[in-house]
Amino acid sequence: MPPVPCYLTENKLIPRLSPEEEFPDLSQHNNHMAKVLTQDMYTKLRDRATPNGFTIDGVIQTGIDNPGHPFIMTVGCVAGDEETYEVFKELLDPIIEDRHGGYKPTDKHKTDLNADNLKGGDDLDPNYVISSRVRTGRSIRGFCLPPHCSRGERRGVEKMSVEALDSLSGDLKGKYYALKNMTDAEQQQLIDDHFLFDKPVSPLLLASGMARDWPDGRGIWHNDTKTFLVWVNEEDHLRVISMQKGGNMKEVFNRFCTGLTKIETLFKDKGTSFMWNEHLGYVLTCPSNLGTGLRAGVHVKIPNMSKHAKFEEVLKRLRLQKRGTGGVDTAAVGGTFDISNADRLGFSEVELVQMVVDGVKLLVEMEKKLEKGQSIDDLMPAQK
Amino acid sequence: MANNFARMLSSKRNVRILSLIGAGSLTAGFLLNREHVTAGAQARRVYPASAEYPDLRKHNNCMASHLTPAIYAKLVDKTTPNGYSLDQAIQTGVDNPGHPFIKTVGMVAGDEESYEVFADLLDPVIKERHNGYDPQIMTHPTDLDSSKLTSGNFDERYVLSSRVRTGRSIRGLSLPPACTRAERREVERVVVDALAGLKGDLAGTYYSLTHMTDQEQQQLIDDHFLFDKPVSPLLTCSGMARDWPDARGIWHNNTKTFLIWINEEDHTRVISMEKGGNMKRVFDRFCTGLKEVERLIQEKGWEFMWNERLGYILTCPSNLGTGLRAGVHVNLPKLSKDPRFAKILDNLRLQKRGTGGVDTAAVGSTFDISNLDRLGQSEVQLVQTVVDGVNYLIDCEKKLEKGQDIKIPPPFKK
Repeated sequence: MPPVPCYLTENKLIPRLSPEEEFPDLSQHNNHMAKVLTQDMYTKLRDRATPNGFTIDGVIQTGIDNPGHPFIMTVGCVAGDEETYEVFKELLDPIIEDRHGGYKPTDKHKTDLNADNLKGGDDLDPNYVISSRVRTGRSIRGFCLPPHCSRGERRGVEKMSVEALDSLSGDLKGKYYALKNMTDAEQQQLIDDHFLFDKPVSPLLLASGMARDWPDGRGIWHNDTKTFLVWVNEEDHLRVISMQKGGNMKEVFNRFCTGLTKIETLFKDKGTSFMWNEHLGYVLTCPSNLGTGLRAGVHVKIPNMSKHAKFEEVLKRLRLQKRGTGGVDTAAVGGTFDISNADRLGFSEVELVQMVVDGVKLLVEMEKKLEKGQSIDDLMPAQK
Repeated sequence: MANNFARMLSSKRNVRILSLIGAGSLTAGFLLNREHVTAGAQARRVYPASAEYPDLRKHNNCMASHLTPAIYAKLVDKTTPNGYSLDQAIQTGVDNPGHPFIKTVGMVAGDEESYEVFADLLDPVIKERHNGYDPQIMTHPTDLDSSKLTSGNFDERYVLSSRVRTGRSIRGLSLPPACTRAERREVERVVVDALAGLKGDLAGTYYSLTHMTDQEQQQLIDDHFLFDKPVSPLLTCSGMARDWPDARGIWHNNTKTFLIWINEEDHTRVISMEKGGNMKRVFDRFCTGLKEVERLIQEKGWEFMWNERLGYILTCPSNLGTGLRAGVHVNLPKLSKDPRFAKILDNLRLQKRGTGGVDTAAVGSTFDISNLDRLGQSEVQLVQTVVDGVNYLIDCEKKLEKGQDIKIPPPFKK
């Protein structure tokens, strides 16, 4: 990859204010950025900007303003454009390594969106698995990311995305609903379908600047059968979601891969592509979503298993994580959990979905055993 | 992609050259007037102005009323010498379409030069907000001679407390929406240093938000002095809450009658207050304290942002001129129920708020009554307006108590 140019910032012309004076107070902080950022690093990075003018202060603002989540170690920084990951690599490489299980700056990430490579996944027990879902994000090369984009760029992303989505056909054929032009009836339908996203309220997101100009340039596209959904200009340029009731993860993943591949082809026809490189995979706003950006998950009824003393250990070994059914930062309702892959980077899409399929199958087996009052000791998996 | 990249490269080159030229204007900032201020570097531009123009069709604020596509196109590529842009100045107004009952301003200044570089938008906004004050032709009178105030002692059976507040900005340092951490810390240092030099009944202590003990925090809450991180999106969208609580703090004198907020919505907010109706003493202390602080910062080579066109420069255009709100908490059980109350206040150039401050409701029949105006009249004139107006309101209340009729006063003439 050719070296990415970076430029001196339009420095504030107040010569007596030094990088020591500018260094943030991170003494109360507990996030990945605060763990890594030193005075020396800040001094070095402060004089740089990406070709689009994004600076270190833009990268770390959200981490300064949000000292720490009580239960989750947040990342504490964002990218303003594709070049951020190069220009500020001294900061981002260690954060990526810490966040993504030891992923090194020299490692290569494998992309595999061939759904045929998934083994099984069409037979998760629907008595336990209520719904299946795969999501990821995509960024359009040549446009700044949500923390830094201008209104013109955001509208450009919307226009190009809608043009691409409008040309999908067959069971992917659908319609776009711009947030600012939505009728009350459309809005209510989208709420009832659980598709509507609202202006973010989390200070983690707001502090990065990605909610500016809301709801300009934002919208929701979904296919007629409501199984393929795209969010435009929320936390990323695009969030792509494939979902359906029941346990047929294979079908969900098929549609996911087909849809993504078709969309990518359409963008290539327009002379651009998704942000991607062989080290970081797909490039997204938050470093936690690099690589595949993929979260494949199910809503699964495991009231017995979830109360078992070894539940956390099992999840850890399977490389899975649990969430409440409202998504990140929610609690489980009545023993029904959202179970998904914990990893994003360093494994391919197929590998991650395989882990979810295999792992959920095992959890359901364990649940059935516990229902019968049997032990699950002989089912304990090895660390993946 | 290559074309975009090349365009960014060349505009970035222009930026570096122009920012060197812009350097001189900052040091000349102390002699600021319109001709000396150069707009700073060209901001990054990939789209034409028409593609960047915000969608303001659902908006109701002063910025939205005056930002035409033509003015936007003229100003969008300009920045102040500190690099502050029009898009940054208007962000809060774009993100907050409108308050149902109050027409908000919808924009802020990132530095003193914003008021010059973006004058094509700010001047009409100022004119609308400040009742016709035209910054292009008028001058603003500053008068902190509190001895001129007459009849400044209210009947304490009605007036529960008296208060005067304003803001001051330190020239040469960017304002809260735009300041860097180092600039904000410099503001704190300059002001706290000066306040440490206050003596007599003005002597006091600084409590930094970052280093406050739990006990100090509780005391400040009990005294109703503590300010918290802003939650209003009107404020947070402008960027003034970044890095909270770094370099924010509260200073007050030992008698708790003179209070200064540092790095909240402005560099400083200065408040003089006491229980009861002695507005004269409150205003005396206000003027003495302000002048003393000014003297102390000048000793160290600093000064307040001020010019004769706009008076004292603050973050929000609504606080230009005097930045002064003089008010009382006053009990008006009968008058407040009279249908003529609103009109009387209007003609007296007063506004009512709840006792929790802006956007709160009155409790019982106790109201916060203060001056409407900020710019175009001096401090002495505005406080006199409040004094005369509140005396009139109390007079009405007394008349109504006796079953007598009241009159709506004629509209206020300057």
